[in-house]
Amino acid sequence: MLGFKIEKRQEPLKWGSFFIFLVALVFSLGVSALLLAIQGKPPVEALFLLWDGAFAHDWALEDTLLKAIPIFLCSLGVAVCFRMQIWNIGAEGQYALGAVGATWVVVTMPEAPFWVLMPLMFVVSAILGGLWAAIPALLREKMGLNEIISTLMFNYIGILFLEFLVYGAWKDPSSFGFPMTIMFPDTAIIGPLFGRIHWGILVCAVSATALTIFLKHTRIGFEIMVSGENPRAARYARMPYSALVVLVMGLCGMLAGWAGLIETSATLNRLQPTIMAGYGFTAIVVAWLARLRITSIAGYSILLAGLRVGVENLQLELMVPASFTGIMQGLILLSVLAGQFFNWYTFQRTKRG
Amino acid sequence: MRKLVGIVMLAAMVAAFGFGAPVAQAKDLKVGFVYVSPIGDAGYSYAHDLGRLAVEKLDGVTTSYVESVPEGADATRVINNMARKGYDVIFATSFGYMDPMLKVAKKFPNTTFMHCSGYKTAPNMSAYFGRIYQARYLAGIVAGSMTKKNIIGYAAAFPIPEVKRGINAFTLGVRSVNPEAKVHVVWTKTWYDPATEKEAAKSLIDIGADVITQHQDSPGPQEAAQEAGIYSVGYNSDMSQFAPKAHLTSAVWNWAAFYPIVVEKVKKGEWKADHYWWGLSEGVVDLAPYGDMVPQNVRDMVDARKAEIKNGSFKVFTGPIKDQSGKVRVAKGETASDEMLLGMDWFVEGVEGSAQ
Repeated sequence: MLGFKIEKRQEPLKWGSFFIFLVALVFSLGVSALLLAIQGKPPVEALFLLWDGAFAHDWALEDTLLKAIPIFLCSLGVAVCFRMQIWNIGAEGQYALGAVGATWVVVTMPEAPFWVLMPLMFVVSAILGGLWAAIPALLREKMGLNEIISTLMFNYIGILFLEFLVYGAWKDPSSFGFPMTIMFPDTAIIGPLFGRIHWGILVCAVSATALTIFLKHTRIGFEIMVSGENPRAARYARMPYSALVVLVMGLCGMLAGWAGLIETSATLNRLQPTIMAGYGFTAIVVAWLARLRITSIAGYSILLAGLRVGVENLQLELMVPASFTGIMQGLILLSVLAGQFFNWYTFQRTKRG
Repeated sequence: MRKLVGIVMLAAMVAAFGFGAPVAQAKDLKVGFVYVSPIGDAGYSYAHDLGRLAVEKLDGVTTSYVESVPEGADATRVINNMARKGYDVIFATSFGYMDPMLKVAKKFPNTTFMHCSGYKTAPNMSAYFGRIYQARYLAGIVAGSMTKKNIIGYAAAFPIPEVKRGINAFTLGVRSVNPEAKVHVVWTKTWYDPATEKEAAKSLIDIGADVITQHQDSPGPQEAAQEAGIYSVGYNSDMSQFAPKAHLTSAVWNWAAFYPIVVEKVKKGEWKADHYWWGLSEGVVDLAPYGDMVPQNVRDMVDARKAEIKNGSFKVFTGPIKDQSGKVRVAKGETASDEMLLGMDWFVEGVEGSAQ
């Protein structure tokens, strides 16, 4: 009789991990196709439409990239936290606070020139976003409060705070009572770089590069990596573990805050509650899938952004329900995570009896 | 594992050839709809989708839609892609689509854009909405006649003019027959969240409300009323199926009375940018059939008012109308202008709750 046993690999699979990812992706697309077929939609055409709407034209690529920018920034921060085994679920709230910070600068000094306004927007949104993440970190280190719960709750507070401002003090008097701030002046808008892609993409590139250098080539970066591998060892080696927790959370808050700033300034040109589109939650998926590889974070951000954009095409052409995005996202997450199992483990055939 | 992958892929391929893809005919007028929530089975987007299905029945017209489109950058992309794909008429059915649609309208001068519930227009973009507040006023008369405790609960979505206008009209209706009654408002800050909206209704029932109404898309508040053994007034579409014992009536949308007319106009080349704000007279809004518990004298009274609104001899917002603080907002003998209604930011006397 044939049986299987699970064995741990000596080394993680190297060349094969990309292959496993591809198989997992194809598997999840296959299941999606099956679900479409059950609904009476042509599955192969549907997958083609998904591809077509997300990546196959220059405008589709632009749409996908635009969508990937805030997801990437949030994911970058969340990934650093996850690397240190800090489960920061609060990128959504930090994103909201970043948007609030940037808008505060604009409504306080709308007349200021670009070179004053824009740097200040970045500074204030980094501070507010960072603070929103640092508070749960402090609560965790000082009082042992579970950061999963506190960051999750801080999301709600942050989003409600944003709504409080937009429905109240910051409401544009000419908006007929609708919740939105004034249009930002041109000096507060992140303009296009090439095509419709705004220079927020440069912020992504610079942040990612700086973060990589910081983690790989500085002492604090090294300490963060060690603390993630083994907090007890880090403490034993007299590394300032608590301070590092606050630091990575603050970093994440800053990056998520910038994502909020960029969405407000570059794509909406004003603050309104609809800015909360769940990027902070998508970031958790991306960070979990990609770990801390910058290229993987970029790749998964673009993949999930493309999924959101592409499904609209699918909806329009085939009238597939919108919730299909969520189903596909979940399928990809589950199958890629399940696939990652094979990076470390292998099935061995055993002969019995 | 791999075998399983193979089987699934194979199944998908087989299914693909089995079903095949119908291709849309080339020269049809293409009409696209953008919805803010899932179509679902009762709500706001459902009501618009019934209108779309009426358009679909016209000769030489094909329709499609994208649902759950967030207001903002995503809306710009969706509308832009519809226009790029050659859709001739695009209906965007939520307020937050106004600026996005305006942006796209400038880029596609040959496409007809229709924006619901806003105020901005362009040479190729109209603003439209329905005077649902007229139906709400009538529903208010029903509620005011049926309440015994004189406390009516109103679960409301967001503190924006559209919702406040509805609350005010409803309250005016209630107090036209029952000046003692109060309408208590709670904000859920949701358009579609069955659990939250049901909880909101329960909190209103806890303070003694014996009629519940709502301005959201889920039937949650209706269910709460049914469970508590009290009455309810629905919104968007006839919600009687969710609370047959509680449901007095609903203020309903009937977009089938509007969308086909617009599309026909575009087909004939007679369409012009305009503000459309149709109401009971045109059949865009209406009351759902009354529940069995509504007595005949109430039905007669409401139907009489309905006829007056239809023929224009009665306007809902006719003075004197005081706000919550007692200040006169519409003087005696005057009627509120459409501008005032569109920007309504205050509550009439008789509403309990914050207008923020």
